[in-house]
Amino acid sequence: MQKKEYGKMVKKQTPDSPTWKNMLWAFFVGGAICTLGQLLNTFFEGRGMEAELVPAAVSISLIFLSILLTSFDVYDGIAKHAGAGTIVPITGFANAVASPAIEFKTEGYILGVGAKMFTVAGPVITYGVVSSVLAGIVYYLFLM
Amino acid sequence: MEKLKRLGGQTVEFTSFPTVIGYAAVVGPKEAEGPLGKWFTETEEDPMLGQESWEKAESALFAKAVNSCLKKSKLTPESVNFIVAGDLLNQCTASSFGLRDLGVPYLGIYGACSTMAEGLSVSAMLVDGGYAGHVIATAGSHFCSAEKQYRFPLEYGGQRPPGAQWTVTGCGAVSLGYGGNIKITHATTGRIADMGVKDANNMGAAMAPAFVSTLLAHFQDTGKTPKDYDLIVSGDLGSIGHALAVELLKKEGVTLGDNYKDCGMLIFDSQTQDTHAGGSGCGCSASVLCGYLLPQMETKKINRLLFVATGALLSPTTTLQGESIPSIAHAVSFETL
Repeated sequence: MQKKEYGKMVKKQTPDSPTWKNMLWAFFVGGAICTLGQLLNTFFEGRGMEAELVPAAVSISLIFLSILLTSFDVYDGIAKHAGAGTIVPITGFANAVASPAIEFKTEGYILGVGAKMFTVAGPVITYGVVSSVLAGIVYYLFLM
Repeated sequence: MEKLKRLGGQTVEFTSFPTVIGYAAVVGPKEAEGPLGKWFTETEEDPMLGQESWEKAESALFAKAVNSCLKKSKLTPESVNFIVAGDLLNQCTASSFGLRDLGVPYLGIYGACSTMAEGLSVSAMLVDGGYAGHVIATAGSHFCSAEKQYRFPLEYGGQRPPGAQWTVTGCGAVSLGYGGNIKITHATTGRIADMGVKDANNMGAAMAPAFVSTLLAHFQDTGKTPKDYDLIVSGDLGSIGHALAVELLKKEGVTLGDNYKDCGMLIFDSQTQDTHAGGSGCGCSASVLCGYLLPQMETKKINRLLFVATGALLSPTTTLQGESIPSIAHAVSFETL
């Protein structure tokens, strides 16, 4: 049997991911996280926080909650269903940094926690910075 | 020179019939809750086994399984000439660290999830060749250490695709020698098969051709047919690999019926335990063999068993480099006396 023919057999036997179900979960859980962000925003504003500080306070609160849920073995349980709904918001980034930090603690604080902390989130930082630079160049050339 | 104890291209025929002296399987909490839960020799409630790291926990599984096997076999470490052991971790750390205090001459092997059959083949050859009175073959895996090495940190919030399998936390150990009730008649060593599957989340599909290749070689070399066995088990093809194997064999003119099962499908209930395509890992076939299948042979519910453990010989690096997955399967034939 040829590899190509076997590839077709494999494709036929392997169930597809439940795309619609995943999208609905992602929509509602992702939406819930954003709603929570908005609630926090309103809360901080209502407490008289300076407008410039509010976005940072909201992000810090969401990151704190995400890491707390990660450390109590809850976040991955939600993420199992929510998929992109928990990965895309800032909570997903926090989980991606906190989870290897927990996992590699056994290898010490320097080469374990310190070095491995960004193994999952590293690409986001790298390409986030690259995209920012490119966006900056475009802005400088065309919009300044 | 003596006549070679071989049949055909890939099979060793044991003329003195090494036998199973004793066996033990130690598993984690999820496996204990599975359909075979009550069969295992020991079940651990704590996946960390009271240790500080997943690697140490997996090492502790080996120590427990081998000590339990020695006890059940009424053997002392001094009376065992070799221990043939392997696991999934880099440098086979779980087996070598777990067995470092045992004091038995040690052979470390790697065959990914096929390790139990590889170890049994080598062990039976050592006994049949007259190089050992008693040999222990052991293999194991741990879900958490495997996730850490091959995939993502445990607490990382990702989704597993439907084809993914669940690494078994478990370790099986068998002692071989003479005087037992279950004999080993043949061992068929697999050739590496690679049908171009690159998806590390669909290892059943990658391994099915290896299983088929070894099974066909076994039947050709020995002249046996599927009907000569009460049960043929594959190691950890899971539901997708199982279906593919049946389909591939059908194309080759071999029909497998109800007497073909897969350890990965037996150990978990995929509906209630969220294990997707089934169990995997060295510990999957090892603990199903030592916890469930050998006891069935002991009570003669199964008299002729073909144990075909399957392994995906990939590494996280080869997956990242876009390589397809080379796979292997080894067959060991058991018969009751």
